This record gives sequence, structure tokens and C-alpha cells, in this order.
Amino acid sequence: MIGDDFYSSAPARALAARGRTGNVCGYGDYAQDSPPAEIVRADAASRTAVLSELRAGPGNPTERKRASLYDDNAWAVSEGQRWFQAFNCNGCHANGGGCIGPALMDDVWIYGFEPENIRATIIEGRPNGMPSFRGRVTEQQAWEFVAYVRSLGGLLRKDVEPGRSDSTNARLAPQSLQKPRQSE
Amino acid sequence: MSEKLNSALDTAGPQAGRIEDLWWLLFGFCAVVFVAVMAVLVAALVRRRTPDESMEPTYAGQRTALRYVGAGVLATGAILLGFLIASVTTDRGLDEIETGGARVLTITGRQWWWEIRYEDARPDRVVVTANEIHVPVGQPVLLRLRASDVIHSFWVPSLAGKRDLIPGRDTGLWIQANRPGTFQGQCAEFCGYQHAHMRFLVIAQPPAEFDAWLEGQRASAPEPATDEERRGREVFLAGSCVMCHTIRGTAAGSIVGPDLTHLASRQTIAAGARPNTRDHLAAWVADPQRTKPGARMPVPELPPADLQALVTYLRSLR
Repeated sequence: MIGDDFYSSAPARALAARGRTGNVCGYGDYAQDSPPAEIVRADAASRTAVLSELRAGPGNPTERKRASLYDDNAWAVSEGQRWFQAFNCNGCHANGGGCIGPALMDDVWIYGFEPENIRATIIEGRPNGMPSFRGRVTEQQAWEFVAYVRSLGGLLRKDVEPGRSDSTNARLAPQSLQKPRQSE
Repeated sequence: MSEKLNSALDTAGPQAGRIEDLWWLLFGFCAVVFVAVMAVLVAALVRRRTPDESMEPTYAGQRTALRYVGAGVLATGAILLGFLIASVTTDRGLDEIETGGARVLTITGRQWWWEIRYEDARPDRVVVTANEIHVPVGQPVLLRLRASDVIHSFWVPSLAGKRDLIPGRDTGLWIQANRPGTFQGQCAEFCGYQHAHMRFLVIAQPPAEFDAWLEGQRASAPEPATDEERRGREVFLAGSCVMCHTIRGTAAGSIVGPDLTHLASRQTIAAGARPNTRDHLAAWVADPQRTKPGARMPVPELPPADLQALVTYLRSLR
């Protein structure tokens, strides 16, 4: 019941604060007054069970090699930014700040921050709302997306980062971000 | 595509006519002044001193020189003032146009093409096209000019002066064509890599012909007639094309790139970069960056058979 929606509900955030972001079951009354405290207690007392842990898949050396061509290329990153705006990624990710979808400019990566993980997210889609863009974006566009999304998280060299977008952007300076981590 | 060059001296509308008159006025005066200055210079070079003429300046001689300089300064001032008045009068005159019932077009400058929108009170009668403006002869048209990314400038030398398109701010321009014809337009403000390939055509037609054209543009895209065209439409709808383009009458409705509903009815592709032939279109779709490096369209990465079918379908969009 919790899964990767830990951005969108109070109990999920409470669990996420404890480092639990997998799909959890065993907690019955979601509708009571203060579910966060209750579910945290249930989790602490091992009254919940983890159904599945969400984590990044294994890397692919060929893809990793291709991604590096885009990660170091300012043009590719700015193209990614353009697609990001043109294809209305902002509709859910709100300039990277997160809204309906998770934030992209923080240091939390539910499905991994490696280029091939992000590409898989875009091409395959993910549960709870991220649509699949297979066939809708070309291979080159997908990698440009990947480079831009990584730049949002401060993972790219500073000199390839795109210019400020025209929309509101509350992003922190890249160097102030923490080291990226795979959510547990 | 007309091979005739743009010229502000080959005018077809009242505004451009006023500008042309001003141009000839300036040219005439400047020519007279130039000839006069050259004549005085030649006279000064040819004239020789008489043997008894002294090099010493005299009071009378200096008075004469001062008078000439004074007269020259006054004449220059008078001419420049005259030019100023003529220029302001012309500028005012550009707005004097009979505007009753004028058609309104919204033109959006984008890197690097022009979106043309024929406004209508009824939303289903609004027509969106690209890079080709049709206007009725003898009727004023109000252009509402916008920019989506950087500053562009709208210039059809045969019809009117330049007007900038500024992001976040609407500007306006009246144009009127007094005779039928095809007039070239061009972005006149450097706007990036493909600024030179940001051209468009203004096609002035007799009102009846124009109305027929507009009615045709309002229609949805024709249904594919052959299997090849049907396959092309599938390629279009299943692939990455729909992420940016609209073809009215299909599920494709994105507004990032040009509206392709009646693509085959246009004379050029890629904002005047190439004539609209099958070969050029195929080359453009296969690799836009080769035709127009830096263009905003990505390489669609289509297998050859799909590409051919897609081009056949696009060519059927009359």
C-alpha cells in the first residue's frame, strides 16, 4: 500500500522517513485520525510486511557508454530541457520540484540515478502514474532527457548544465545538493 | 516559389508605397547635395591663384569664407529638418488605413518558423498554418505579432516596414496588398543559428479566391486514400511525430511544431529553406539537421519503408 507513492501521502512520508519505501502491507486502518503515527508504530512493531522493495535494475555497459556521450554535452542537456518543457513533464514534475510526480531536483532517486535507470523510467514508465514514452521519443531524445534529468539532480558537470529556464525555478545550487542516494 | 528578390522599391501596398516615396525623396535630395559638393570640390581644385594674390588672410576674405560656411550649415540644417518632418509624416501615414472589418491574424515567431493563425469568433473556424500568409487583395489585414522564444522581426519589403516580435508583448502591423502576387518575407532580427532560413511568403489573392482557400484550410485533413497513405498515417500517429505536430482530423494535436493539416498545399517546407517537393520533404523528415542544422526537429529514426509511407501520407495532405 505504500510503495513508491511516499511523496503523495502522509503515512507514506512517515514511513519514508524511517527509510521504508517498499510496498508494505499488514496495516489495516488507513482512514483513522492520524495514520502516520499508527503506521510507524505498526512498522516498528513488525506488524507490517514488505511485499516488494523498489530499487534500480542492474546497469548495462553499452547503455552506460552511450549515456556518457550525452552527460558531457551541453547541447544534449539543453535539448533535454526543451523536450521536458515541450512534452509537459512539468505537468507532474513541476520544473523538477515535484507535485503529482516526484521531485527531480532533490537527492532521492526511487528508481536509481544511473543513466540507464532513468532511461528505463522514461521508456518503460513506472507504477503510480509515470507513463511509458516508448515509441513517442526517439532513442536520441530519450538520452537527452536522461542528461537533463540528471542535471536537475546536480549529477552533471556544472559547465554542461543548461541555462535557466523561463519558468519559475526554485532549484538549489548543484553543489549544495547532497550526494545522491538510492532510496532504501 | 517566386524567384523575384525582395525589394522595398517594388511595392504592392499603401504602407510600402509611403516608405518608397520617402526613400526617393531622401535619395533625390542627397543626390543633389552630393553633386553640389562634388562640383564645389572640383571648382576649388581647378581654380588657380593669380600671380599677385597673396597667401596672407585678409579681413574681407575671412568674412566671405565665414558667410559660405554659415550658408552651408544653414542649408544642411534645413535639409535635415525637412527630412525629419518627412520621416515623421511618413511614419504617421503608415497608420492611416481603412480598418473597417479587417481580418485579424496572429503571427508567432518561433525558432525558426512562423505560426500563422487566422482568428475567428468561432473557435472551430480558426485556421492555423505555417510560413505562408494568404491575404485578400485590397483589404487591410491586422497582424498581431508575438514571439515564443527570442525577438524576431517581421518584414515583407513589398508590403510594409519591419516590425519586431517580442516575447511577452504583442505588437501589431497593418498590411494591405493592392495587387495579386507572391511576396517574400524574412525574419529581420537575428534570432539564432537558422535566422537566414526563417522566411515566409505572403500570397495576395482576389477576395473570392482567398475565401475559397481559407475554407479549404478550415477542413480537417483528408482521409488517406491508399494503403501506403494509411500506413504513413499509422507511422505518424504511432511514432514521435505526434509529440510535436498537429494534423486536424486525427489524434495528433500537439502545438510545439508547425500544423501539418494541409502541409502539401504549401509551397515551401522548413520556413522557406526548401521547395515543397517529395524529395526535399523526404530528406527533411529523414534528417532535418542536414537540411537545416540546429533546427528544433529531432531525427525521427524511422526505417526506410516507414519513412517512404510517411512522406506519401504527408504529400497527400492537400
